[in-house]
Amino acid sequence: MFDWKWDFAFEILPRLLGATLNTLMAAGAGYAIALVLGLVLALAQRTPVRLLTAVVREGVEFIRSTPLVLQIFFVFYVGPQFGLRLSPWTAGMIAIGLHYAAYLSEVYRGGIEAVPKGQWEACTALSLSTRDTYTRIIIPQALPPALAGMGNYLVGIFKDTPMLSVIGVAELMHTANAIGSEHYRFLEPITMVGVIFLMISLPAAALVRLFETWVRRKLGMIR
Amino acid sequence: MKDLHDLSRYPLRLEGPDRPMVSFRNVTKRYGDLVVLDGLNLDVAEGEMVSIIGPSGSGKTTVLRMLMLERIQGGVIYVDGAPLSHMERGGKLVPANSRHLRAGREQIGMCFQHFNLFPHMTALGNCMEGPVQVLGLSKQAARERAEDLLEMVGMIDKRDEHPARLSGGQQQRVAIARALAMRPKVLLLDEVTSALDPEVIGEVTEVIRKLVQKYRLTIMMVTHQMGFAADISDRVCFFYDGRIEEEGAPADLFSNPQKERTQQFLSAVKSAD
Ligand SMILES: Nc1ncnc2c1ncn2[C@@H]1O[C@H](COP(=O)(O)OP(=O)(O)OP(=O)(O)O)[C@@H](O)[C@H]1O
Ligand SMILES: [Mg+2]
Repeated sequence: MFDWKWDFAFEILPRLLGATLNTLMAAGAGYAIALVLGLVLALAQRTPVRLLTAVVREGVEFIRSTPLVLQIFFVFYVGPQFGLRLSPWTAGMIAIGLHYAAYLSEVYRGGIEAVPKGQWEACTALSLSTRDTYTRIIIPQALPPALAGMGNYLVGIFKDTPMLSVIGVAELMHTANAIGSEHYRFLEPITMVGVIFLMISLPAAALVRLFETWVRRKLGMIR
Repeated sequence: MKDLHDLSRYPLRLEGPDRPMVSFRNVTKRYGDLVVLDGLNLDVAEGEMVSIIGPSGSGKTTVLRMLMLERIQGGVIYVDGAPLSHMERGGKLVPANSRHLRAGREQIGMCFQHFNLFPHMTALGNCMEGPVQVLGLSKQAARERAEDLLEMVGMIDKRDEHPARLSGGQQQRVAIARALAMRPKVLLLDEVTSALDPEVIGEVTEVIRKLVQKYRLTIMMVTHQMGFAADISDRVCFFYDGRIEEEGAPADLFSNPQKERTQQFLSAVKSAD
């Protein structure tokens, strides 16, 4: 009943490792988009322009309260109706980047709001420009408390990449599925995908924690 | 509209050698419906040390914050003869935009009860930040200036320490150096010793004494330390309910207060000591 075939597992390993690279690329690119776009969304909610703040706020809420897989479908299949014809990769990166940007913007917002009011006042007292206030004083202090959340979403985006298989991005899940259909065997490919995810997620989470400590020390926030 | 009309009563500039360094003219500050300062008039001469005392909530901090952090709802504030809260447009005063405010506030330094040093920068970094980013000094020039000031406040040995590794008194001395690094014409001190342990208050008051006696800096100081205020001030203002209830030379105000509220406040403070 439970017949694991090692030779089959070794035979498909190279293909799965190749797909792992795609998964990592998807997660990395999606995360890079989310990191930058998330900051833009967070800062946009702090401008004195009420309308902009409200629109961004609602947009973030909307993205956070609908499923990622729906957003991936939407960008890929509904986009062309608006003349937006995208490759699976591009559509996938936009959807997953936007989705996680919404979550990260909340993490950034929390980090920024955790910076004591006195820091803003000290910036005003020194006549620092708004730009210097953010880049030199506020964001460096908002970062350490935000790092834990940012790390969680890095692992989260990695684990969500299989959803890209629904539009045919050749990441791990998609490849495992293809192998399974070709050979009528799913046990090995799917199990191996699980192991690969585990072997990347666990060290990544540990690395994120190390990085967090390193940043705090670098910024002189640890005695 | 009324406010705009009113503004014609105020001069575009304060001229003359005797003009005050800081001048509040009929200044009103409201938070919503709460009137915190009502028609405040206060002049501070160049090189003068003015102490501001009064009960909690009387508006002492607000006086300083209007120079540095807040907008006002009535009246005009001048610094070194030029309007700060307003600016001149076509021969008239109009409310200042944020750029004018920022430029005007470059002339003013402020120190806070809780220091507010930048925790991710060293003592030296804290003192170099404004000069480099705002005044455009070279790193080298800013460093020299910062080191001179850290020397002056007795913190040169700790220049490479982050604030978390400094005591309260040490942090406050760095904060004073940071404010002075901008070469302000006026220094605002808001209860700079209130958060300190009693045994380190002296090291901060000594620095302030030096600024007054040696450098003749114009200072407005909110304080609860009556003894220090009496000792060092040219003038003391007693605030009550958003107004100056009584003001005068420390010798007069402390030993011979005229108003009943001043007497009550001073005796309450004395019995608490
Ligand atoms: N941001 C604000 N919003 C609303 N009310 C405020 C604000 N800041 C100050 N106030 C009010 O203004 C009044 C004066 O406050 P202020 O801080 O100037 O008092 P203070 O004399 O410095 O008191 P303390 O000795 O406790 O520091 C108080 O009633 C206070 O509640
Ligand atoms: Mg106060």
